[in-house]
Formats: sequence, C-alpha cells, structure tokens
Amino acid sequence: MDLLIKNGFVFDPLNEINGEKMDIAIRNGKIVKSVPDRTSKIIDASGLTVFPGGVDIHTHIAGAEVNTGRMVRPEDHEKDFVRKTAITRSGVGYSIPSTFTTGYRYSQMGYTTVMNPSMAPLEAKHTHEELNDIPMLDKATYPLLGDWWFVLENIQKGDLEECARYVAWMLGITKGYAIKIVNPGGLESWGFGRNVHSIDDQVPNFCITPREIICGLAKVNKMLNLPHTIHLHTNNLGIPGNCSTTLETMKCLESIPNDGKPIAHITHLQFSSFAGEDWGSFHSGAEEITKYINNHDHITFDMGQIIFTDTTTMTADGPFEYTLYQLSGHKWVNSDVETETSGGIIPFHYKRKNPVNAIQWSIGLELALLTKNPWKVFMTTDHPNAGPFTAYPKILAWLASKKAREATFKRLHKKAQRRSLLPSISRELSLYDLAIVTRAGHAKALGLKEKGHLGVGADGDVAIFNINPEEVDIANKYKTFRRAFSNAAYTVKAGKVLVKDGEVLQTAAGKTIWLDVKTSNQIEVNEEIKNKFRTYWTVEYENYPVTDHYIKNSSPIKIKADV
Amino acid sequence: MIVLTPIKKSQYPIIAQCISPDVFKEKTKEEIANLTIWIGNKKRQLSDLFKIDKTSDDTLNITINGDVEKVKRIGWGMTQGEIIINGNTGMHLGKKMSGGKIVVNGNTEGWTGSQMKGGLIEIRGDAGDYLGSPYRGSTVGMKKGKIIVHGNVGSDAAVFMKSGVIKIHGNAGPFMGFRKTGGVIHIGKDAGTRLGACMTGGKIVVSGKLENIMPTFTIERIKKKVKIEADDKAVGPFYVFLGDLAESGKGKLFVSKEKNPQLSTYERFI
Repeated sequence: MDLLIKNGFVFDPLNEINGEKMDIAIRNGKIVKSVPDRTSKIIDASGLTVFPGGVDIHTHIAGAEVNTGRMVRPEDHEKDFVRKTAITRSGVGYSIPSTFTTGYRYSQMGYTTVMNPSMAPLEAKHTHEELNDIPMLDKATYPLLGDWWFVLENIQKGDLEECARYVAWMLGITKGYAIKIVNPGGLESWGFGRNVHSIDDQVPNFCITPREIICGLAKVNKMLNLPHTIHLHTNNLGIPGNCSTTLETMKCLESIPNDGKPIAHITHLQFSSFAGEDWGSFHSGAEEITKYINNHDHITFDMGQIIFTDTTTMTADGPFEYTLYQLSGHKWVNSDVETETSGGIIPFHYKRKNPVNAIQWSIGLELALLTKNPWKVFMTTDHPNAGPFTAYPKILAWLASKKAREATFKRLHKKAQRRSLLPSISRELSLYDLAIVTRAGHAKALGLKEKGHLGVGADGDVAIFNINPEEVDIANKYKTFRRAFSNAAYTVKAGKVLVKDGEVLQTAAGKTIWLDVKTSNQIEVNEEIKNKFRTYWTVEYENYPVTDHYIKNSSPIKIKADV
Repeated sequence: MIVLTPIKKSQYPIIAQCISPDVFKEKTKEEIANLTIWIGNKKRQLSDLFKIDKTSDDTLNITINGDVEKVKRIGWGMTQGEIIINGNTGMHLGKKMSGGKIVVNGNTEGWTGSQMKGGLIEIRGDAGDYLGSPYRGSTVGMKKGKIIVHGNVGSDAAVFMKSGVIKIHGNAGPFMGFRKTGGVIHIGKDAGTRLGACMTGGKIVVSGKLENIMPTFTIERIKKKVKIEADDKAVGPFYVFLGDLAESGKGKLFVSKEKNPQLSTYERFI
C-alpha cells in the first residue's frame, strides 16, 4: 500500500529543503513524486517535523567484541531488561543491548540505517549472524584491514595495486563496506606486547610506518572507487597530547589529490583531541584540530561524545584498552586476533566530578560546535565506548541549546569548568543542521545514494518527530525537544510504519549492504594463499569466507575499480 | 499500616518490586491491590497473591504475615518506613534501599540488602548467600547502612563493601568480605575460608574460630578490644592481621586469640 505523509515541516538538507511544508509520497518502499490520496495510507504530519530516516556511521552493535562485552557484564543487563510484547521480543542491556533490543531502540529514535564499524575479518561470520538478528535497520560493517598481514606485506613491497586487489577480495569475502583502520601498526605491535607512539614509528617485523599504512590504504581506497573514505581510528588514541599525532595524521593525507572531496573519516575524534603532557595538565585540543579541519576539506569526523554514565568500552585498539585497564583496574578482556587485529574490553564509568571525564565531555561538544561546516561533523557516541546510543537525544539537546549545555556544565568538576572553551561558544544548531549531523552528512560521507534524504528515488525511510518548529524554540525548550527525539512520533522504513509514538507497531528485517568490487585482475585463491592460512591462521581458507547463504537480506553494491 | 497475608502458594518465582512503603504511600487500598507483580512470565495484581488490609493507624509500615520465600525484591529501593515480615522471604530483599527498616522474623535468601545505601535490615533467622553484595559482575557494593543477622550467613557476603556495618551472631560462609574497601563486619561465631580475600580496607572481626587465614595476610599485634560501632565493642584479645597484601591492602582482620590456638605460631612475627 502507498503511504502519504501530509503537511509536515520537512528538513531534507541533501535537497536543500529547510522546514518547508510539503507532502512525502512512498510507493514500493521508495520515495516517489506523488501517490493518489484515495488509495494510500495517510499520516497527518501537520505540526510535526519530518526528517529522513536516521543514519549512524559508527556504532558497535554486532560482532565478537560486542558479544564478549555482553558476557562480561551481567550487571549491565540486570539493571535494564525488556519484557516481550505481542510484537517485540524480550531483551536485556543498557550499554550493550541484545540484538533485537538494539534494533527496536534505534527504530524508536527514528533511525533506519546503522554501520557496525569494527569487524575482525576472522569474526566476519559471527558478525553477520548477529547483524541478521538485528531487526528494523539496514546495516553494513567495516572489516579491520589496517593491520592485516596481506596489506602490510604489500605496502612493504610498495605494490599498492596488488594491495588494492587484496582489499577488494577481502571486502568481498567478509561482505564488508569500507576500510577500517585502527591504530595502524599498533595492533600488529600489540601481538608482541608493544605499541607505536607516533605515525613514524616502525612496525615490528615489517619495517614500515603507520604513515605508510594510512597513505597507502587511502590511495587504495581511491583506486577501488569505494563509496566511503578510509575509516580511521588514529594512533595514540586516548593518551594526553595525542592531538599532535592527529594533526600529523591529517597533514600526511594532504598529499593525496582529493578534488575537494574527503579522503579520510576520523572516527570518535574526541578521544584523539587531547592536549597536555599528562593527566594532570590534560586539556582540550579541540581548538587546534577544528582550526585545521575548517581550513582543509579532506577530513570528515564523528564526535564520540562522552555521556556521564556507566558504560562499556570496546575497541580493536588492544594497547589502548590496556592503558585504560591500568587507569581503572576494572575487569579487562584482551585479545590478539591472529594476523589481523587485536581487541580489548573494559567497563568504564564516566563521571561529572572526574576532571578528565568532564574535560572529555567538553572536547566532544567543542569539536562539533567549532567546526563551521556541519557536513564535516557527525553525531555519535561511538556506542558503547563513550555512552550508549540511547543518549543521542541528550547530545542533540546540547548541540541545539546553550541552555542545555549550561545546565550540565555547572555540575562539572571545577577544574574542567576552568579549562573548557564551552562558555565562550554561543553557537546553537538549528533543526536543519541537526538533520545534517544525524542523517544527511552520514549518508553523504558513506556514499549511500538512497539514504539520508527524501528526494525522489530515495529509500522510503522517514522519521517524524513531535516538534512544531514554528511554535517550539528548541534552544529554550530543550527538554521538550529531547523527549520528542527520544520517542519518534513515527518511524517509517521502506514505506512501512514501524514505530508510532515510541511504540513498536511491527517489526521488519533490514538489509545488509556490502560492496562487490570488481578489479580487472581478481585475486585467485591458489595454493600459496591456502598455505598461508594453514601456517598463520587457526582456520583453513575454506572455512574463512562469508558465503552468500550467511546473509539474510543481502544487498550488494557493485563497484568497478580502477585497477 | 498495611497488612499483607499470602493467600496463594506459587511454584513460580514472583517479582513484587512494588511492596515498599514509598510505593504504598498515599495510595488507597484499591490502588495498592491493583499494583503490578509478575508471577513467572504472567503479569498479575498484588491482590492475586495477598489479602490486603489497612489498619487505622496512619504509619508507613507494612506487615507481611506468612512465608513469602518465592517473592523477590520486597522493599526495593525503599527510603522510609518499616517492613515487618513474619516468615521467610525471597531474594533481593531491600536491594538498593537507602532508608527505613526491614525486620524479618524468619530466613532470607540471596542478595539481601544488596547494594544498600542506608537504613537497617534485621534478620532473626538465617541469611542466604551474597548478603549485602552486588549482583554478579558489578563492583558497587554496600555503601552505608546496617545489617544484623541473628542466625548464620551463606557464602560471598559483603563483597565490594564500601562502608556500613554488618553484624552476624552466628557463623559465616566462605569468601566473606571479598574485595571489601571499607566498613565493619563482626562475626559472632565461626568464619569460613578465604575471609577478606582481596580486601583493601575496613575491618572484619571474628569472635569464633577462623577456618584458615589467607597467606597474604600479615600479623601486626594483639589487641584487647575492637570497636564495632559507637556503643559496641568486641572483647578479645584478638590477633590483628593486615591485608590483603596481594592487593597492597590496608584492611584489618581481628581474629579471637582464645578460639584460634592454631594461629599462635604467628605470635613470633610480632
């Protein structure tokens, strides 16, 4: 049945529509010009705000790490459990919800597409099994390729074309969407109990530097014409003074010609913008970093905004998690994934009265507010590292309202208050800007042409919120705004109304998007590769690739590479 | 005062988080009868399980006359008033409570007074395992308040205890005071093995026999009396042990000299 959303205030930044009163028509899951009133289901959206369905560029929702996180945190489930209803399944989880609950909660906030950003290729099957179990959302996942031996070997040889072919092959067999690089060189070193501390440190046994890995993979990304840029988690993450490393990283990517388009996405930048020499002199490096980003156009980033709550940190950056373990003494999971990556998990409680945490909170907001172009900054919490995704409405309120920021600010540690730039920033994002930092920007950076907008031909993903932009001033009424964005009035996915007033009406399975990259010379799996698997992996090659039957609703994007 | 009398036995676990003076406050008898409880996976009302009477006196007290050992979470997060249970109760009694008083004239099951922040729990019978301890995996233990047990206590009591007082007149099971960082525990009779393992602060006083002492504790001196509370002193003499040294702990273990002749070999290290 066709769907017609009537008289809403539409915010569609990709089509430059700013709060116009108009109708949105959906037929067969796609947005069309018009549908007949008589035969369609009508949603009366007068007095409501209509956004494209939400897109999240970086959220850890599936995979071996997430699942191990669930196992080590029974107390996280105990404090937050959901009973089954006639429509939805039961579930648990505050910071690491179970798969079904993840889907429902995202949908209740008006999200329709999310990206799982870190998948060890060895755990690809597990990740896809979990993604299959997350309803209501379209999903994709990025394999961790920055410390994979095939990549390192080819960069060492200087053969980027061969490297590109391997990357294309890997995206195909793990059904991935983008190149994820985590602490390049550092994860390989972690296998030997070491780390790299700048982008010019040597990676043990390979005689290359993180600089070469980052630039090499950025070039590979270009050769393969991938829709997203490289997705980069910088070196020295979470260590005071790392903003100089981050600046170096961004500068080293300048050399790659970019025709005005971004060539790298730096993820959870808040954790990479620490200035000062140690935790005592720790302060914000946001000003320097945003100054650079405002003057250059090859970088996009997401915030990784801190929420003051008890959450679980999980990242492939094993050495960083070890640092965190030494700081907190909490229960720690550590792993080294064979020839590919590493990983770590630690529960962490961010506190207002802890000066470091309070400054971190301030850094995230400073980064977002000091960046002039909203198309370069995306709102995330790096779920669940800096806070669970259910806190997104809080962050939106902080971005949209100085009053909301002040309310939280005055409860922070005094030292953090003195060192923060926030009081001097009066910028407040409008609903149009918020649509960019939660939807349009993400979709544009990901190269998802049918997501994040409401133009003809786009997927019929719409989120409607109970806010009348003509009556409610969101900067003043931030609590009303927060309530509205916590529970979407309607979430429409592929033309189906899934959520009404924050209640799930029906469930729907989402697609899994992956890249099918055609290179002119495909990698052939010969005896040599199989032998490598036999020698260095715990699995035979035959058990390694994610075959098509693993993915329930497969949605490959065909791409022709330049090599 | 509200009087609840159980009218039905259930073979399934029951969650009745609503039985708390804070919830009953300013509610009529009908409203209280309609409060939600869960029997197994079925949603039910409080009146399905209890006969509810309201007496004329206008206090916040609740009395339960009868065994409610299947009923979990009585007095969850209560801040005021008093609950008197004339019978045995189920798990999670008085969890996260921050004020008021609970008296049990019977036994309790696991996690009694878990993550308590204040108030008083008095148990005339035995307490189950995890007395005053957080749920599995959590590191936030008892923060304040007082628990008195007239009978015995199971294993893993007072885990991650930060402050407050626990008095046990009977015996205690193994792993008492595991990872304790503060607060006072007095065990009137015997204590189980691994007492105070990984503790970094606070006191544990054993007036009876100690099954064995962890090798990571070191003797400091012999003391005649130990202060438990403002007006309560345990009379010794006691061996004073420091530990747990594996965690560079500064916790103190007081073990009765008279009841533990096997520890006399430690005296030469003083």
